[in-house]
Amino acid sequence: MRDITLGQFVAGNSVIHRLDPRTKIGMMILYIVMTFLVKDIWFMSIPFLYLVLELILSGISLRYILNSLKPIRFLLILMFLLNLFFTKGENVLFGIDLGFWKLTGEAVLQSFFLSIRIILLVAGASMLTLTTSPIALTDGLEKLLSPLKIFHFPAHELAMMMTIALRFVPTLMDESDKIRNAQMSRGADFESGNIFKRVKSMIPILIPLFVSSFRKADELAIAMESRCYHGGDGRTRMHQLKFRIDDLFAILITLAFVAALIVILVLF
Amino acid sequence: MSIVINHLTYAYTQGGKPLDPTLKDLSFTIEEGSFLGIIGHTGSGKSTFVKHLNGLLPCEKGTVVVDGHDLSQKSERKTVRSLVGMVFQYPEYQLFAETVFEDVAFGPRNMKLDESEVKSRVENAMALVGLDQERFSDRSPFELSGGERRRAAIAGVLAMHPKYLVLDEPMAGLDPLGRREILALLETLRTESGCTIIMISHSMDDIANHATKVLVLEKGSVLMYDTPQSVFSHSEELQRIGLSVPGITKICIELNRKGIMIPASICTEDEFLTWFREGRQHA
Repeated sequence: MRDITLGQFVAGNSVIHRLDPRTKIGMMILYIVMTFLVKDIWFMSIPFLYLVLELILSGISLRYILNSLKPIRFLLILMFLLNLFFTKGENVLFGIDLGFWKLTGEAVLQSFFLSIRIILLVAGASMLTLTTSPIALTDGLEKLLSPLKIFHFPAHELAMMMTIALRFVPTLMDESDKIRNAQMSRGADFESGNIFKRVKSMIPILIPLFVSSFRKADELAIAMESRCYHGGDGRTRMHQLKFRIDDLFAILITLAFVAALIVILVLF
Repeated sequence: MSIVINHLTYAYTQGGKPLDPTLKDLSFTIEEGSFLGIIGHTGSGKSTFVKHLNGLLPCEKGTVVVDGHDLSQKSERKTVRSLVGMVFQYPEYQLFAETVFEDVAFGPRNMKLDESEVKSRVENAMALVGLDQERFSDRSPFELSGGERRRAAIAGVLAMHPKYLVLDEPMAGLDPLGRREILALLETLRTESGCTIIMISHSMDDIANHATKVLVLEKGSVLMYDTPQSVFSHSEELQRIGLSVPGITKICIELNRKGIMIPASICTEDEFLTWFREGRQHA
């Protein structure tokens, strides 16, 4: 439970780290668009190249990216197998034809293609969270969403909720550890029995955890109000977000990749 | 029987790599029937140490043997958990059941006792902590006051009839009356049921007044393990590691400085009064 890689920020001072969070969010959206524009496995190399470039520039170790793929490994395997079985095709490979099912070249290609797309999507999203601190990320989101305020969209409140939620992840982990220890000392058993028994055995952890979350939320609200928090209106920031020349380059390079991809797709 | 700790060393890990050891080569014996007070600066390893007493943390190097059950053996942990009761900091945060009765019964039920035994144990434990059976049994633990909730949580541990009761700062956040009640409860348990008490506390006065042995931890090592009288006579050493001595000992040290000869081993008001009366008789 203690090793959550998704959303784990690795502090650094690379070009990518120093980009404005809004730029990085924009880059990721364009990157996702790229992976969805591609309809052929070989052209996947273009978003892949883009990801590799970003990885090299950020100085993030490949290990972190691989770690972020770990939680989806079963999903990947399942999806790969499903596509292998249910994609219609003509080219039978290795003469494997069982009558009700045959191994076809189309199915293999399709399975690999979809797996690669998901891997690239998750890896790209991890690149964003690995190089952007949660605070910078929510600041960027707030700024990006703030034009929607004229439609009464609660951009500031949404960003604040995300910040607080992220802030409390380690606290709640700690708390659940403590409660778990206390209940284990009272003879609670979380490891044996069938699935229903195990789910039921979580109740003595979950209820105290909920109660303490509500208590903490109340305390935090009071602490914020006593420091004059009254929502986003007129609130100033210590770290102002600024577009710099690097951000312009990053966006231009990303757009160049998208343009190249579109040209290639149209030509072939 | 007793708890024997032999060359216990423990290091937490971070990202798969061990950090600097939190506990370094602890070796000593906690005798049955004693009241052990554990003192030490924040981060000295007190809480980490007590988590080894019922196998919440594994013994990686060294051994902890509780009444002949070696905790390095995973199979022994369950047995030991019914022998060693554990009251953590702010135990009221572990309450979860719909009624106080159900919550106190959680431990005994996990021990697979039959229902009549569970009932008698719950009633007994609630009486010990001073929660009236009729008034509290069917109430939700979440509507009790802070002090009542703490007592309900402690009752939940006592209902397991532990031979050894470990408490990590059980009085934190309580008012003076609440503190006295908890301390009186611990004394009753020790003298009447022969329960061994192991208590972490930052209150030197409470330790001096109740403990029969004091363990001083400093950066994960045993600095002293002796009677309170002997431990608190090293006031300078205790001050150096950020601890203190009981109020009455401070007075004695000042009196000594003013030229009034007074034994350095006094650490409770009772000892002081005894010394004072004897001195007057001699004069």
